[in-house]
Amino acid sequence: MFCERHKYEIMIETDILIIGAGPTGLFAVFEAGLLKMKCHIIDALPQPGGQLAELYPKKPIFDIPGYPEVLAGDLVTNLMEQIKQFQPGFTLGETAKTIDKQEDGTFIVTTNKGTQHHAKAVAIAGGLGTFEPRKPQIPNIDVFEEKGVEYFVKDPEQFRHKDIVIAGGGDSALDWSIFLSDVAKSVTLVHRRNEFRGALDSVEKVRDLKAAGKINLVTPAEITEIHGDETVTAVTIEKEGEAFKLETDYFIPLFGLTPKLGPIANWGLEIEKNAIKVNNALDYQTNIDGIYAIGDVNTYPGKLKLILCGFHEATLMCQSVYNRINPGKRFVLKYTTVSGVDGFDGSRKEAEKAVVKAID
Amino acid sequence: MSDITIKITDREGVEHAVEAPTDMNMNIMELVRAYELAPEGTIGICGGMAMCASCQCYITSEHDLPEKTPDEDAMLWEAFNVKDNSRLGCQIQLTDDLDGLSLELAPEA
Repeated sequence: MFCERHKYEIMIETDILIIGAGPTGLFAVFEAGLLKMKCHIIDALPQPGGQLAELYPKKPIFDIPGYPEVLAGDLVTNLMEQIKQFQPGFTLGETAKTIDKQEDGTFIVTTNKGTQHHAKAVAIAGGLGTFEPRKPQIPNIDVFEEKGVEYFVKDPEQFRHKDIVIAGGGDSALDWSIFLSDVAKSVTLVHRRNEFRGALDSVEKVRDLKAAGKINLVTPAEITEIHGDETVTAVTIEKEGEAFKLETDYFIPLFGLTPKLGPIANWGLEIEKNAIKVNNALDYQTNIDGIYAIGDVNTYPGKLKLILCGFHEATLMCQSVYNRINPGKRFVLKYTTVSGVDGFDGSRKEAEKAVVKAID
Repeated sequence: MSDITIKITDREGVEHAVEAPTDMNMNIMELVRAYELAPEGTIGICGGMAMCASCQCYITSEHDLPEKTPDEDAMLWEAFNVKDNSRLGCQIQLTDDLDGLSLELAPEA
Protein backbone atom coordinates (compact mmCIF):
# COMPACT_ATOMS: atom_id res chain seq x y z
CA MET A 1 0.00 0.00 0.00
CA PHE A 2 1.20 3.49 -0.71
CA CYS A 3 1.33 6.00 2.08
CA GLU A 4 -1.85 8.02 2.62
CA ARG A 5 0.15 11.21 3.31
CA HIS A 6 -1.57 14.01 5.15
CA LYS A 7 -4.22 14.42 2.52
CA TYR A 8 -6.85 15.68 4.88
CA GLU A 9 -4.70 18.59 6.05
CA ILE A 10 -3.78 19.73 2.55
CA MET A 11 -6.01 22.21 0.80
CA ILE A 12 -5.21 22.57 -2.88
CA GLU A 13 -5.59 26.24 -3.85
CA THR A 14 -6.39 27.31 -7.40
CA ASP A 15 -8.26 29.90 -9.43
CA ILE A 16 -10.37 27.57 -11.57
CA LEU A 17 -11.08 24.02 -10.47
CA ILE A 18 -11.87 21.95 -13.56
CA ILE A 19 -13.74 18.70 -13.14
CA GLY A 20 -12.83 16.38 -16.00
CA ALA A 21 -9.53 16.02 -17.85
CA GLY A 22 -10.99 15.51 -21.32
CA PRO A 23 -10.11 17.78 -24.25
CA THR A 24 -12.44 20.58 -23.10
CA GLY A 25 -11.06 20.61 -19.56
CA LEU A 26 -7.47 20.51 -20.80
CA PHE A 27 -7.94 23.35 -23.27
CA ALA A 28 -9.57 25.47 -20.55
CA VAL A 29 -6.17 25.45 -18.79
CA PHE A 30 -4.63 27.16 -21.81
CA GLU A 31 -7.26 29.87 -22.11
CA ALA A 32 -7.15 30.46 -18.34
CA GLY A 33 -3.36 30.66 -18.50
CA LEU A 34 -3.47 33.45 -21.09
CA LEU A 35 -5.50 35.39 -18.52
CA LYS A 36 -3.00 34.55 -15.75
CA MET A 37 -5.41 32.24 -13.94
CA LYS A 38 -4.20 28.93 -12.48
CA CYS A 39 -6.11 25.69 -12.94
CA HIS A 40 -6.34 22.36 -11.16
CA ILE A 41 -8.08 19.35 -12.69
CA ILE A 42 -9.84 16.43 -10.98
CA ASP A 43 -10.55 13.26 -12.95
CA ALA A 44 -11.83 9.85 -11.90
CA LEU A 45 -9.58 8.07 -14.38
CA PRO A 46 -5.90 7.51 -13.64
CA GLN A 47 -4.77 9.38 -16.79
CA PRO A 48 -5.80 12.62 -18.52
CA GLY A 49 -7.74 12.57 -21.79
CA GLY A 50 -11.21 11.42 -20.74
CA GLN A 51 -13.12 9.43 -23.35
CA LEU A 52 -10.38 9.98 -25.92
CA ALA A 53 -7.82 8.18 -23.80
CA GLU A 54 -10.15 5.63 -22.22
CA LEU A 55 -12.45 4.63 -25.07
CA TYR A 56 -10.80 5.31 -28.41
CA PRO A 57 -7.15 6.47 -28.24
CA LYS A 58 -6.32 4.82 -31.59
CA LYS A 59 -9.33 6.19 -33.50
CA PRO A 60 -8.95 9.15 -35.86
CA ILE A 61 -10.88 12.41 -35.45
CA PHE A 62 -11.52 14.41 -38.61
CA ASP A 63 -13.29 17.54 -37.36
CA ILE A 64 -10.69 19.33 -35.27
CA PRO A 65 -10.06 22.62 -37.12
CA GLY A 66 -6.61 22.63 -38.63
CA TYR A 67 -6.11 18.88 -38.34
CA PRO A 68 -7.27 16.94 -41.42
CA GLU A 69 -6.91 13.86 -39.23
CA VAL A 70 -5.66 13.32 -35.68
CA LEU A 71 -5.70 10.24 -33.47
CA ALA A 72 -7.65 10.80 -30.26
CA GLY A 73 -4.61 9.81 -28.19
CA ASP A 74 -2.40 12.24 -30.10
CA LEU A 75 -4.86 15.09 -29.57
CA VAL A 76 -4.60 14.50 -25.82
CA THR A 77 -0.80 14.41 -26.00
CA ASN A 78 -0.82 17.68 -27.96
CA LEU A 79 -3.20 19.36 -25.52
CA MET A 80 -0.99 18.32 -22.60
CA GLU A 81 1.99 19.85 -24.43
CA GLN A 82 0.02 23.01 -25.20
CA ILE A 83 -0.92 23.61 -21.54
CA LYS A 84 2.35 22.49 -19.97
CA GLN A 85 3.71 25.98 -19.33
CA PHE A 86 0.62 26.86 -17.31
CA GLN A 87 1.50 24.10 -14.84
CA PRO A 88 -1.96 22.69 -14.14
CA GLY A 89 -2.35 20.57 -11.02
CA PHE A 90 -4.00 17.17 -11.27
CA THR A 91 -5.97 15.04 -8.83
CA LEU A 92 -6.34 11.83 -10.83
CA GLY A 93 -8.14 8.62 -9.91
CA GLU A 94 -10.52 10.50 -7.64
CA THR A 95 -14.13 11.60 -8.08
CA ALA A 96 -15.39 15.05 -7.11
CA LYS A 97 -18.01 14.27 -4.51
CA THR A 98 -19.18 17.35 -2.63
CA ILE A 99 -19.12 21.09 -3.23
CA ASP A 100 -19.45 23.75 -0.55
CA LYS A 101 -19.88 27.37 -1.47
CA GLN A 102 -18.11 29.66 0.98
CA GLU A 103 -19.38 33.02 2.22
CA ASP A 104 -16.89 34.84 0.01
CA GLY A 105 -18.27 33.12 -3.11
CA THR A 106 -15.39 30.64 -3.44
CA PHE A 107 -15.83 26.88 -3.42
CA ILE A 108 -14.42 23.86 -1.62
CA VAL A 109 -14.68 20.63 -3.59
CA THR A 110 -13.91 17.36 -1.84
CA THR A 111 -13.22 14.07 -3.62
CA ASN A 112 -14.28 10.56 -2.65
CA LYS A 113 -10.80 10.10 -1.14
CA GLY A 114 -11.05 13.25 0.96
CA THR A 115 -8.75 15.49 -1.11
CA GLN A 116 -9.90 19.10 -0.75
CA HIS A 117 -9.68 21.83 -3.36
CA HIS A 118 -10.35 25.54 -2.79
CA ALA A 119 -11.18 27.50 -5.95
CA LYS A 120 -12.54 30.86 -7.01
CA ALA A 121 -14.69 29.20 -9.67
CA VAL A 122 -15.57 25.66 -10.71
CA ALA A 123 -15.85 24.48 -14.32
CA ILE A 124 -17.50 21.11 -14.79
CA ALA A 125 -16.10 19.54 -17.95
CA GLY A 126 -17.30 16.09 -17.04
CA GLY A 127 -18.31 14.79 -20.48
CA LEU A 128 -20.67 11.87 -20.08
CA GLY A 129 -19.84 11.62 -16.40
CA THR A 130 -17.57 9.52 -14.25
CA PHE A 131 -16.44 6.28 -15.78
CA GLU A 132 -17.63 3.44 -13.58
CA PRO A 133 -16.88 -0.24 -14.05
CA ARG A 134 -19.48 -2.38 -15.77
CA LYS A 135 -20.39 -5.02 -13.24
CA PRO A 136 -21.20 -8.57 -14.24
CA GLN A 137 -24.67 -9.74 -13.27
CA ILE A 138 -23.79 -12.02 -10.38
CA PRO A 139 -26.34 -11.78 -7.54
CA ASN A 140 -24.05 -11.26 -4.53
CA ILE A 141 -21.22 -9.36 -6.24
CA ASP A 142 -21.87 -6.12 -4.29
CA VAL A 143 -21.21 -7.91 -0.98
CA PHE A 144 -17.68 -8.81 -2.04
CA GLU A 145 -16.64 -5.49 -3.59
CA GLU A 146 -13.18 -4.59 -2.26
CA LYS A 147 -13.31 -7.86 -0.31
CA GLY A 148 -11.84 -9.90 -3.11
CA VAL A 149 -13.82 -8.46 -6.02
CA GLU A 150 -11.78 -5.69 -7.65
CA TYR A 151 -12.89 -3.76 -10.74
CA PHE A 152 -9.55 -2.00 -11.18
CA VAL A 153 -5.97 -3.04 -10.68
CA LYS A 154 -4.75 -0.03 -8.74
CA ASP A 155 -1.86 -1.62 -6.91
CA PRO A 156 -0.52 -4.83 -8.48
CA GLU A 157 1.36 -5.63 -5.24
CA GLN A 158 -2.01 -6.39 -3.66
CA PHE A 159 -2.06 -9.59 -5.74
CA ARG A 160 1.46 -10.82 -5.00
CA HIS A 161 1.49 -14.56 -4.24
CA LYS A 162 -2.31 -14.70 -4.49
CA ASP A 163 -4.61 -16.78 -6.65
CA ILE A 164 -6.58 -14.53 -8.98
CA VAL A 165 -9.34 -14.98 -11.54
CA ILE A 166 -9.74 -12.35 -14.28
CA ALA A 167 -12.85 -12.19 -16.48
CA GLY A 168 -13.21 -10.31 -19.77
CA GLY A 169 -12.22 -10.46 -23.42
CA GLY A 170 -10.72 -7.07 -24.20
CA ASP A 171 -7.40 -5.28 -23.88
CA SER A 172 -7.51 -4.69 -20.14
CA ALA A 173 -8.28 -8.37 -19.37
CA LEU A 174 -5.41 -9.45 -21.62
CA ASP A 175 -2.91 -6.85 -20.41
CA TRP A 176 -3.53 -7.41 -16.71
CA SER A 177 -3.42 -11.18 -17.12
CA ILE A 178 0.00 -10.81 -18.72
CA PHE A 179 1.28 -8.38 -16.12
CA LEU A 180 -0.07 -10.24 -13.11
CA SER A 181 1.18 -13.63 -14.34
CA ASP A 182 4.56 -12.46 -13.01
CA VAL A 183 3.18 -11.24 -9.69
CA ALA A 184 0.38 -13.53 -8.59
CA LYS A 185 0.66 -17.17 -7.52
CA SER A 186 -1.79 -18.15 -10.24
CA VAL A 187 -3.79 -16.33 -12.93
CA THR A 188 -6.96 -17.76 -14.44
CA LEU A 189 -8.44 -15.85 -17.39
CA VAL A 190 -12.10 -16.56 -18.14
CA HIS A 191 -13.88 -15.34 -21.27
CA ARG A 192 -17.18 -16.21 -22.85
CA ARG A 193 -15.62 -17.29 -26.10
CA ASN A 194 -12.29 -18.40 -27.50
CA GLU A 195 -11.59 -15.18 -29.39
CA PHE A 196 -10.23 -12.09 -27.66
CA ARG A 197 -10.35 -8.54 -28.94
CA GLY A 198 -7.09 -6.78 -28.26
CA ALA A 199 -3.76 -5.71 -29.63
CA LEU A 200 -2.24 -8.55 -31.63
CA ASP A 201 0.85 -8.86 -29.47
CA SER A 202 -1.20 -9.04 -26.26
CA VAL A 203 -3.22 -11.91 -27.71
CA GLU A 204 -0.03 -13.71 -28.76
CA LYS A 205 1.60 -13.12 -25.41
CA VAL A 206 -1.36 -14.64 -23.56
CA ARG A 207 -1.17 -17.64 -25.88
CA ASP A 208 2.53 -18.07 -25.05
CA LEU A 209 1.92 -17.69 -21.32
CA LYS A 210 -0.85 -20.27 -21.55
CA ALA A 211 1.51 -22.69 -23.29
CA ALA A 212 4.12 -22.01 -20.59
CA GLY A 213 1.57 -22.83 -17.90
CA LYS A 214 1.65 -19.30 -16.46
CA ILE A 215 -1.93 -18.39 -17.37
CA ASN A 216 -4.77 -20.82 -16.92
CA LEU A 217 -7.13 -19.97 -19.79
CA VAL A 218 -10.76 -21.05 -19.44
CA THR A 219 -12.93 -20.45 -22.53
CA PRO A 220 -15.74 -20.39 -23.51
CA ALA A 221 -16.84 -19.93 -19.95
CA GLU A 222 -18.43 -17.54 -17.50
CA ILE A 223 -18.29 -16.82 -13.77
CA THR A 224 -21.74 -17.50 -12.35
CA GLU A 225 -21.26 -17.45 -8.58
CA ILE A 226 -18.94 -15.96 -5.95
CA HIS A 227 -18.29 -17.80 -2.70
CA GLY A 228 -16.83 -16.72 0.63
CA ASP A 229 -17.67 -15.50 4.12
CA GLU A 230 -15.93 -12.21 4.80
CA THR A 231 -13.86 -12.28 1.63
CA VAL A 232 -13.84 -14.18 -1.65
CA THR A 233 -12.63 -17.78 -1.35
CA ALA A 234 -13.86 -19.29 -4.62
CA VAL A 235 -15.88 -18.71 -7.79
CA THR A 236 -18.10 -20.99 -9.82
CA ILE A 237 -17.13 -21.21 -13.46
CA GLU A 238 -19.62 -22.51 -16.00
CA LYS A 239 -17.95 -23.96 -19.08
CA GLU A 240 -20.06 -25.37 -21.90
CA GLY A 241 -22.92 -26.28 -19.59
CA GLU A 242 -20.77 -27.70 -16.80
CA ALA A 243 -20.15 -25.85 -13.56
CA PHE A 244 -17.12 -26.22 -11.34
CA LYS A 245 -15.75 -24.40 -8.34
CA LEU A 246 -12.31 -22.78 -8.38
CA GLU A 247 -10.61 -21.55 -5.22
CA THR A 248 -9.29 -18.00 -5.52
CA ASP A 249 -8.32 -14.99 -3.41
CA TYR A 250 -9.43 -12.39 -5.93
CA PHE A 251 -11.97 -12.05 -8.73
CA ILE A 252 -11.22 -9.20 -11.15
CA PRO A 253 -14.04 -8.60 -13.69
CA LEU A 254 -12.79 -6.33 -16.49
CA PHE A 255 -15.81 -5.61 -18.68
CA GLY A 256 -15.03 -2.00 -19.51
CA LEU A 257 -16.32 1.23 -18.09
CA THR A 258 -19.59 3.06 -18.47
CA PRO A 259 -20.15 6.75 -17.69
CA LYS A 260 -22.57 7.92 -15.00
CA LEU A 261 -23.21 11.55 -14.07
CA GLY A 262 -22.45 10.52 -10.48
CA PRO A 263 -22.32 12.79 -7.40
CA ILE A 264 -22.50 15.98 -9.53
CA ALA A 265 -26.17 15.16 -10.05
CA ASN A 266 -26.71 16.06 -6.37
CA TRP A 267 -25.06 19.49 -6.42
CA GLY A 268 -28.30 21.38 -6.91
CA LEU A 269 -27.61 22.07 -10.57
CA GLU A 270 -30.43 22.23 -13.07
CA ILE A 271 -30.27 18.99 -15.03
CA GLU A 272 -32.03 18.07 -18.24
CA LYS A 273 -31.53 14.85 -20.22
CA ASN A 274 -28.50 13.80 -18.15
CA ALA A 275 -26.78 17.11 -18.87
CA ILE A 276 -26.33 20.38 -16.94
CA LYS A 277 -28.29 23.40 -18.16
CA VAL A 278 -26.19 26.49 -18.79
CA ASN A 279 -26.58 30.04 -20.01
CA ASN A 280 -25.26 29.83 -23.55
CA ALA A 281 -26.10 33.44 -24.34
CA LEU A 282 -23.30 34.58 -22.05
CA ASP A 283 -20.74 32.39 -20.37
CA TYR A 284 -21.89 28.78 -19.86
CA GLN A 285 -22.61 29.39 -16.20
CA THR A 286 -25.05 27.04 -14.46
CA ASN A 287 -27.92 28.04 -12.18
CA ILE A 288 -25.34 28.32 -9.36
CA ASP A 289 -23.27 31.51 -9.58
CA GLY A 290 -19.60 30.62 -10.02
CA ILE A 291 -20.17 27.07 -11.27
CA TYR A 292 -19.81 26.63 -15.02
CA ALA A 293 -20.40 23.58 -17.23
CA ILE A 294 -18.55 23.17 -20.52
CA GLY A 295 -18.26 20.49 -23.21
CA ASP A 296 -20.40 17.39 -23.53
CA VAL A 297 -21.70 17.66 -19.96
CA ASN A 298 -23.79 20.78 -20.61
CA THR A 299 -26.95 21.44 -22.56
CA TYR A 300 -28.64 24.48 -24.10
CA PRO A 301 -30.83 25.09 -27.14
CA GLY A 302 -28.92 23.89 -30.19
CA LYS A 303 -26.20 22.13 -28.20
CA LEU A 304 -23.82 19.93 -30.18
CA LYS A 305 -21.54 17.49 -28.41
CA LEU A 306 -18.41 18.25 -30.40
CA ILE A 307 -14.87 18.77 -29.18
CA LEU A 308 -14.60 22.00 -31.13
CA CYS A 309 -17.72 23.36 -29.39
CA GLY A 310 -16.17 22.43 -26.04
CA PHE A 311 -13.07 24.49 -26.88
CA HIS A 312 -15.24 27.52 -27.60
CA GLU A 313 -17.24 27.08 -24.42
CA ALA A 314 -14.03 26.74 -22.38
CA THR A 315 -12.73 30.02 -23.82
CA LEU A 316 -15.86 32.01 -22.96
CA MET A 317 -16.01 30.45 -19.50
CA CYS A 318 -12.45 31.67 -18.79
CA GLN A 319 -13.31 35.23 -19.79
CA SER A 320 -16.29 35.15 -17.46
CA VAL A 321 -14.23 33.82 -14.55
CA TYR A 322 -11.63 36.54 -15.20
CA ASN A 323 -14.29 39.22 -14.84
CA ARG A 324 -15.60 37.50 -11.74
CA ILE A 325 -12.18 37.41 -10.08
CA ASN A 326 -11.20 40.90 -11.24
CA PRO A 327 -14.41 42.92 -11.13
CA GLY A 328 -14.27 46.17 -13.04
CA LYS A 329 -10.74 45.58 -14.30
CA ARG A 330 -10.18 46.90 -17.84
CA PHE A 331 -9.17 44.22 -20.25
CA VAL A 332 -8.92 43.67 -24.00
CA LEU A 333 -8.58 40.40 -25.87
CA LYS A 334 -5.00 39.69 -26.93
CA TYR A 335 -3.83 37.54 -29.79
CA THR A 336 -1.14 34.96 -29.01
CA THR A 337 0.55 35.80 -32.32
CA VAL A 338 1.02 39.39 -31.13
CA SER A 339 1.54 38.94 -27.38
CA GLY A 340 3.17 35.52 -27.28
CA VAL A 341 2.53 33.13 -24.42
CA ASP A 342 4.09 33.68 -21.00
CA GLY A 343 4.14 30.46 -18.99
CA PHE A 344 3.88 30.29 -15.21
CA ASP A 345 7.16 28.36 -15.40
CA GLY A 346 8.98 31.46 -16.67
CA SER A 347 8.98 30.24 -20.28
CA ARG A 348 8.03 32.55 -23.11
CA LYS A 349 6.84 31.67 -26.59
CA GLU A 350 6.66 34.41 -29.18
CA ALA A 351 6.76 35.12 -32.89
CA GLU A 352 10.21 35.44 -34.32
CA LYS A 353 11.16 39.09 -34.67
CA ALA A 354 11.47 40.34 -38.22
CA VAL A 355 14.58 42.33 -39.00
CA VAL A 356 14.49 45.74 -40.55
CA LYS A 357 17.55 45.98 -42.72
CA ALA A 358 18.46 47.41 -46.09
CA ILE A 359 19.35 45.02 -48.85
CA ASP A 360 22.34 46.33 -50.79
CA MET B 1 -38.17 11.76 -49.76
CA SER B 2 -37.29 8.20 -48.92
CA ASP B 3 -38.64 7.22 -45.56
CA ILE B 4 -39.12 3.77 -44.10
CA THR B 5 -40.96 2.70 -40.97
CA ILE B 6 -39.17 1.02 -38.08
CA LYS B 7 -40.94 -0.38 -35.02
CA ILE B 8 -38.97 0.20 -31.87
CA THR B 9 -39.96 -1.09 -28.43
CA ASP B 10 -38.31 1.11 -25.82
CA ARG B 11 -36.85 -0.03 -22.49
CA GLU B 12 -40.20 0.56 -20.79
CA GLY B 13 -41.88 -1.82 -23.24
CA VAL B 14 -43.70 0.88 -25.22
CA GLU B 15 -43.79 0.33 -28.98
CA HIS B 16 -43.14 3.24 -31.33
CA ALA B 17 -43.52 3.13 -35.12
CA VAL B 18 -41.13 5.79 -36.40
CA GLU B 19 -40.43 7.24 -39.82
CA ALA B 20 -36.78 6.84 -40.68
CA PRO B 21 -34.89 8.60 -43.47
CA THR B 22 -32.62 6.42 -45.61
CA ASP B 23 -30.75 9.30 -47.21
CA MET B 24 -29.12 10.76 -44.11
CA ASN B 25 -26.43 8.16 -43.49
CA MET B 26 -28.15 7.25 -40.22
CA ASN B 27 -28.12 4.05 -38.20
CA ILE B 28 -30.57 2.50 -35.74
CA MET B 29 -28.77 3.97 -32.69
CA GLU B 30 -28.97 7.46 -34.16
CA LEU B 31 -32.62 6.93 -35.03
CA VAL B 32 -33.40 6.05 -31.41
CA ARG B 33 -31.61 9.20 -30.29
CA ALA B 34 -33.29 11.38 -32.91
CA TYR B 35 -36.69 10.31 -31.59
CA GLU B 36 -35.44 10.40 -27.96
CA LEU B 37 -36.71 6.88 -27.27
CA ALA B 38 -33.99 6.38 -24.64
CA PRO B 39 -32.58 9.12 -22.36
CA GLU B 40 -29.47 10.90 -23.62
CA GLY B 41 -26.39 9.43 -21.99
CA THR B 42 -27.85 5.92 -21.91
CA ILE B 43 -27.47 5.07 -25.60
CA GLY B 44 -24.72 5.64 -28.13
CA ILE B 45 -22.17 6.41 -25.43
CA CYS B 46 -19.13 5.59 -27.58
CA GLY B 47 -20.63 7.54 -30.47
CA GLY B 48 -21.17 4.53 -32.72
CA MET B 49 -17.81 2.74 -32.72
CA ALA B 50 -19.12 -0.65 -31.52
CA MET B 51 -17.23 -0.07 -28.30
CA CYS B 52 -19.84 0.15 -25.55
CA ALA B 53 -22.96 -1.93 -26.41
CA SER B 54 -25.26 0.76 -24.99
CA CYS B 55 -27.27 0.54 -28.25
CA GLN B 56 -27.76 -3.22 -28.08
CA CYS B 57 -31.16 -4.26 -29.44
CA TYR B 58 -33.04 -7.46 -30.15
CA ILE B 59 -34.24 -7.83 -33.74
CA THR B 60 -37.75 -9.28 -33.70
CA SER B 61 -38.62 -9.34 -37.40
CA GLU B 62 -37.26 -11.63 -40.13
CA HIS B 63 -35.33 -9.03 -42.13
CA ASP B 64 -32.03 -9.85 -43.77
CA LEU B 65 -29.47 -7.75 -41.98
CA PRO B 66 -25.87 -7.02 -42.93
CA GLU B 67 -23.41 -9.48 -41.36
CA LYS B 68 -21.80 -8.51 -38.08
CA THR B 69 -18.32 -7.06 -38.41
CA PRO B 70 -15.63 -8.65 -36.20
CA ASP B 71 -15.82 -5.56 -33.95
CA GLU B 72 -19.57 -5.86 -33.43
CA ASP B 73 -19.26 -9.58 -32.85
CA ALA B 74 -16.50 -9.13 -30.27
CA MET B 75 -18.40 -6.37 -28.46
CA LEU B 76 -21.52 -8.52 -28.20
CA TRP B 77 -19.44 -11.29 -26.63
CA GLU B 78 -18.37 -8.87 -23.91
CA ALA B 79 -21.81 -7.30 -23.39
CA PHE B 80 -24.52 -8.31 -20.93
CA ASN B 81 -28.09 -9.52 -21.63
CA VAL B 82 -27.04 -10.81 -25.03
CA LYS B 83 -29.45 -13.06 -26.95
CA ASP B 84 -29.23 -14.83 -30.31
CA ASN B 85 -31.03 -11.91 -31.97
CA SER B 86 -28.84 -9.21 -30.38
CA ARG B 87 -27.29 -6.57 -32.61
CA LEU B 88 -25.64 -3.20 -32.01
CA GLY B 89 -27.93 -0.50 -33.37
CA CYS B 90 -24.97 1.68 -34.35
CA GLN B 91 -23.78 -0.95 -36.81
CA ILE B 92 -27.05 -1.18 -38.76
CA GLN B 93 -27.45 1.51 -41.39
CA LEU B 94 -30.97 2.54 -42.37
CA THR B 95 -31.63 1.29 -45.90
CA ASP B 96 -34.79 0.74 -47.94
CA ASP B 97 -34.55 -3.03 -47.30
CA LEU B 98 -35.20 -2.44 -43.62
CA ASP B 99 -38.73 -1.08 -44.09
CA GLY B 100 -40.95 -2.64 -41.43
CA LEU B 101 -38.03 -3.81 -39.25
CA SER B 102 -39.02 -4.32 -35.64
CA LEU B 103 -36.70 -4.34 -32.68
CA GLU B 104 -36.56 -4.01 -28.93
CA LEU B 105 -33.96 -2.01 -26.99
CA ALA B 106 -31.92 -4.15 -24.59
CA PRO B 107 -31.87 -3.07 -20.94
CA GLU B 108 -29.33 -0.50 -19.80
CA ALA B 109 -26.32 -2.37 -18.42
